Amino acid sequence: MNYSVSPWAIAIFCSFVITVLAISYHFARSAKSASGFYTAGGNIHWSVNGIAFAGDYLSAASFLGICGMIAFSGYDGFLYSVGYLAGWVVAMFVVAEPIKRLGKYTFTDALNAKFNSRGIQLAAAISTLLVSIFYLIPQMVGAGSLVTPLLGLPHEFGVIMVGTLVIIIVATAGMASTTYVQFLKGGLLLIFSLVLVFLIMSRGVSTKPDQGGDVPFRDFQTIKAASWDGQTIVLADSGYSVAGVFPENSGKLVFVKLVKNGQSSFWKLDPAEMLLEETQTISARPDGIKLYNGETKDKGKFYQVGHMSRIVKNGQEVQKSGTTDFFSFIKTIKDGTVVRWLKFAGLKDGDDKVTVYYQQPIEGKELLKPGVKFKVDSARGATTANKIDFISLMIALFFGTAALPHVLIRYYTVPNPASARKSTIVAIAAIGLFYLLTLYMGLGAMVNGVLDLTNDNMSAPLLAKSFGVTVFAIISALAFATVLGTVSGLIIASSGAVAHDLADKFFKVKMDEKRKVLWGKLSAVGVGIIAMALGILFKGMNVSYLVGWAFAVAASANLPTIAMILFWKKTTSRGVLASILVGLGSALGMILLSQETFNEVYHIPHVKSLIPFNNPAIISVPLSFLTLVIVSLLTQRQEAARQSRNEIPEGKA
Amino acid sequence: MHEPSSNWTKDHAASIKRVLGLWFVTLYSIIYAGFVVINVVSPSFMAVDVGSFNVAIVYGFLLIIFAIFLAAIYNHICTHAEEVMTTLRPGDETEALKEGHS
Repeated sequence: MNYSVSPWAIAIFCSFVITVLAISYHFARSAKSASGFYTAGGNIHWSVNGIAFAGDYLSAASFLGICGMIAFSGYDGFLYSVGYLAGWVVAMFVVAEPIKRLGKYTFTDALNAKFNSRGIQLAAAISTLLVSIFYLIPQMVGAGSLVTPLLGLPHEFGVIMVGTLVIIIVATAGMASTTYVQFLKGGLLLIFSLVLVFLIMSRGVSTKPDQGGDVPFRDFQTIKAASWDGQTIVLADSGYSVAGVFPENSGKLVFVKLVKNGQSSFWKLDPAEMLLEETQTISARPDGIKLYNGETKDKGKFYQVGHMSRIVKNGQEVQKSGTTDFFSFIKTIKDGTVVRWLKFAGLKDGDDKVTVYYQQPIEGKELLKPGVKFKVDSARGATTANKIDFISLMIALFFGTAALPHVLIRYYTVPNPASARKSTIVAIAAIGLFYLLTLYMGLGAMVNGVLDLTNDNMSAPLLAKSFGVTVFAIISALAFATVLGTVSGLIIASSGAVAHDLADKFFKVKMDEKRKVLWGKLSAVGVGIIAMALGILFKGMNVSYLVGWAFAVAASANLPTIAMILFWKKTTSRGVLASILVGLGSALGMILLSQETFNEVYHIPHVKSLIPFNNPAIISVPLSFLTLVIVSLLTQRQEAARQSRNEIPEGKA
Repeated sequence: MHEPSSNWTKDHAASIKRVLGLWFVTLYSIIYAGFVVINVVSPSFMAVDVGSFNVAIVYGFLLIIFAIFLAAIYNHICTHAEEVMTTLRPGDETEALKEGHS
């Protein structure tokens, strides 16, 4: 769709950026030592840290990705909310206090505290880097998605702007500025999400949503077909002429190209009703020009969509629901019919490649149960492999949270283990509240005529835009700050892995406090530049889906080692090392060889993957645990010898 | 070997907290696993009406709210245990924790 830029939106956005930079400047003095740079001196109050946790965790994937997924696929998007929050239970009850006790600056410190092994140091640092980079990609993609509607600038500009700002934030004041940026953003995101949900309830639902009167409802047309014999079609309306018939998916989908007054358009045939339904199209011409519904993008002919075709209230069909509440809003959608838009990307019209978006009405009750996006329902053709794939995703979300490096390092910013525990509770409460709201924000976007079919990540900000440019500007600026906060945390985690774990501990580069900070800052710049490049490369992918990868790798490479070190006394250094390598290798390998990666990243959908599912956790997590147990049991003697070698010099000292 | 980021008093309640944490995470895991299993085994059950909502939404909301509830209980018990154990064994109060660093 074509976005218009508002000066008010730019002003609010700029004031956010200035505030963030002022925070960084204010805390610049605190980053003179390694402790100040990586952990803000360990002096952050638990309540501030708890909200900063929320700021860290409620990333672009949560705000943009989940809302977008719910807006396009209903309840299935909310499954991510449940999984993301459930992971905090593991963080709270298993990881929070012990990791605080064992660590100093990074997750690797905690893992290696008992063993002092260079192998673990290297493997854990690489794992931290890889997980952080996997997590960074969707954040940067989200940033790129946001600047187009907000500032009217291209995706690449958004990515570079976020990268540059984050590098400034991190390189100026490290964890202290990052913490307060995240605290500010986390708090404001909660408050304005509540405001947005309140506005959704107040507006209610309409069969012809017009964005509060600002954008007229686009009523897509239907034309009666006089006859259809499977190959040729005759129309009842002689004003149109048929320019082509395109049976697709073995004839299950039939698109018809019609011309009227020199303007061509694509329609989807409903053979049962003998109706042609208007679609929306994006045609890619050989000369590189893209036409949106037959016109260039600036003409604004590609429409926002999303509405209910049937609303039932007190047993009667109505046009508007009136004001709703937390219960009646869901009931209105559940009892009615929602018009979804599906995508068909493979239509060839001469030399043009046409992507067709067509309507598919669906009962609300179907949309509010699992199975629209995730193939879990056998009645809809789900196979056993599909179901295992879903279980695997939910395992990754559950076990991944407590092993994400940027979450783990936040435990070092508070003074003691009790504070680590308390800050986790604040985080769970804040994050839990937000995830409850995602269902309302996503469904609100679904039925308010605000969806951009080319970018599901924009659903929540565009919903906000339908309530006025001020709400839009605040929500977009918050979404942007969301990206800033999360990326800052990830870059600190990555720079800790490079400068502290690898340079200082593994390669034993001699450095005083000043040089440690310098290494940290330079690493942050390096990782920031890599993140920018990846954000541009992965443009257009759903950010929640990408984050699923990061969770899978973290759950496979990091969590088994953390859990076993804490709860199994026979764990050996070689067991830990093997577990990290096997978890990392198996998760990464399965992701890179999955069908979804073939389709979405390599763009080779015709190549069939040998891996039956896209989410690796169901294999890679148990495999990592098993490896640790077997290798640890086999290396008990070596571990005892290694420990005694380590103890002798200490005893002499 | 490195030192922790800060020193703090010895935690006499550590074992209680660890056992409690394991029980709570096990309890939650079972309820979470139930949610995942119902999603794949009987998605139609998830569509059964529960007032204005359905089973899917109620179960999802409950999982979120239950996590908050469990966390609050855990913190309450842990804080109480820390106070009681520190009172019972005041001699170790100022001992910096070396656990895991030797």
